[in-house]
Amino acid sequence: METAVPIQLTAPRATPASRRRMLKEKLIAAGITAVGFTGIAAIVLILVFVAKEALPLLLDPDARHEASFAKMFLPQVVREGRPATFMWQPVSDIPKVSMIPLFVGTLKVTAVSMLLAVPLGIAGALFASEFAPRRLREFIKPTVELLAGIPSVVLGFFALMVLATPMQELFGFTYRLNAVVAGVGLALAIVPVIFTVAEDALTAVPRSYREASLALGATQWETAWKVVLPAAAPGILAACVLGLGRAIGETMIVLMASGNAAIVSPAFGDSVRSLSATIAAEMGEVVVGSPHYSLLFFIGVELFLFTFVLNMVASLWTRRMVGRLSGKVA
Amino acid sequence: MKKLVSLLFAVLLPTSALAADKALTVKGSDTMVILVQRWAEEYMKKNPDSRLQVTGGGTGTGLAALINGTTEIAAASRPMKDAEKQKLRARFNTLGQEFAVAKDGVTFYVNAKNPVASLTVEQLRSIYLGDVGNWKELGGPDQPIVLYSRENSSGTYVFVKDELLKGQDYAPTAQTLPGTAAVVNAVAKELWGVGYGGAAYAAGIKPLKMKLGEGTEVSADLENVKSGKYPLSRNLFFYTRGRPSPEAKAFIDFCLSPEGQQVVSKVGYFPVK
Repeated sequence: METAVPIQLTAPRATPASRRRMLKEKLIAAGITAVGFTGIAAIVLILVFVAKEALPLLLDPDARHEASFAKMFLPQVVREGRPATFMWQPVSDIPKVSMIPLFVGTLKVTAVSMLLAVPLGIAGALFASEFAPRRLREFIKPTVELLAGIPSVVLGFFALMVLATPMQELFGFTYRLNAVVAGVGLALAIVPVIFTVAEDALTAVPRSYREASLALGATQWETAWKVVLPAAAPGILAACVLGLGRAIGETMIVLMASGNAAIVSPAFGDSVRSLSATIAAEMGEVVVGSPHYSLLFFIGVELFLFTFVLNMVASLWTRRMVGRLSGKVA
Repeated sequence: MKKLVSLLFAVLLPTSALAADKALTVKGSDTMVILVQRWAEEYMKKNPDSRLQVTGGGTGTGLAALINGTTEIAAASRPMKDAEKQKLRARFNTLGQEFAVAKDGVTFYVNAKNPVASLTVEQLRSIYLGDVGNWKELGGPDQPIVLYSRENSSGTYVFVKDELLKGQDYAPTAQTLPGTAAVVNAVAKELWGVGYGGAAYAAGIKPLKMKLGEGTEVSADLENVKSGKYPLSRNLFFYTRGRPSPEAKAFIDFCLSPEGQQVVSKVGYFPVK
């Protein structure tokens, strides 16, 4: 919009034809701006709607009693004569609504998948952009990008039916479905995300960097590891954050392959229940307007805030890193 | 072209309106959905101009739909709760009408290779409360028990919670799966697993017998479920808001007829009569 104004000022005497053209241009600019804001409006509206449904947890005395913040985040005595624990069992005479098992579940699955996907994705991107011959590269890239198109329900099915039993035999898990199986399935979904964005970042590093490094006598490996990778660091970081966001929010794979038992334990071989899978599993049946219903929306708000904060921190970090790197170069 | 379109409309509109008019909806229990579908097929074969629409979603969903007025008949694998009856009375000033249409035994399954063949109700309760965590304590080998349960939206989940656990909570280690078929599949693959579901699904794994006392074991078969000797047997219900409409009544009568009850046995449940 602002760019349109000086153009108008610099045209001293507009003919009707040029005025019409300017009007047209203005309209187009306004249209594009409106489209741009539609996206933002959609996000804001989604957050408002989701938060509105979660609001009774703060306002309604019944809901506040059934699912107070103390009950959500502090250990509770769920059976007489037992120590206080964290328990998620919202359908019950006295609902148990601790969020802690769900946090632990999401954390475990995300950790497993990131531990696998980050090294794999970045190493693959480094190979494709720096070492692979051109023909091979032109084969690898579309293939991995094709992997990104596999529906998550198919990956979940694969983890559930194909991966789970051999992995149980290999690692001796008590539970056939657990955080590791779900994490591996999830890694299949986020490797392509990380690979694609990281590869773009690596390819975007100017050729002059590589030529300068090689001219100074560095080997190809030294060039890749010490020059190209640091120069692409902001982009690679963005790739990891995108992958992390996908991992936290991904539902179907985790729902199918994690067993969905809300256990609080440090063991990765235990079954887990994640935040997103809880919403998916329970939303279909819940009585609209009940505390349980508000609780599920509250989980949605939490997920939203997690990814929002994560993206913000990452973009700040990326900006700072770009500044530092370009400062060093100049 | 215009003529063709208007002709299409003329043909399509009245029939679709007619179909929507006469469609009798049955919504509810996932346990019952196959049974109700079979009934509907047989019924529509006999009454070609009747239209039935059968959907699952769970007992809770079905009863909610009944209360909201969006279904004519609700299929339920548990009796209606007082809270639900209150809601129905507030909306429609009726208490609903209940029809027991079939019987079902909630069966507990273990893997076919598990040597344990029968358990008492108390043993099962302590397994699902998480007090007993090893097959050793039940006369089996020294292996941890892997618990399978249903999602909390399922009628079977609530039934087991009420009848077996007496309203107490499932052990947090119980894994929740989205359907009885998923439970059966999981137990078939998990050597030391235990799960539960309707008797109709119990194929390919070993159903546990219920130990009642010294030397008496009952399996969830026709005789024991019908007589109520099997401890975890239940009625499967149809609910209508008030007195059923003529179409609904005709369908329910068909379900309760000898022919309808034969369908019940064929699907794998137990007849009420």
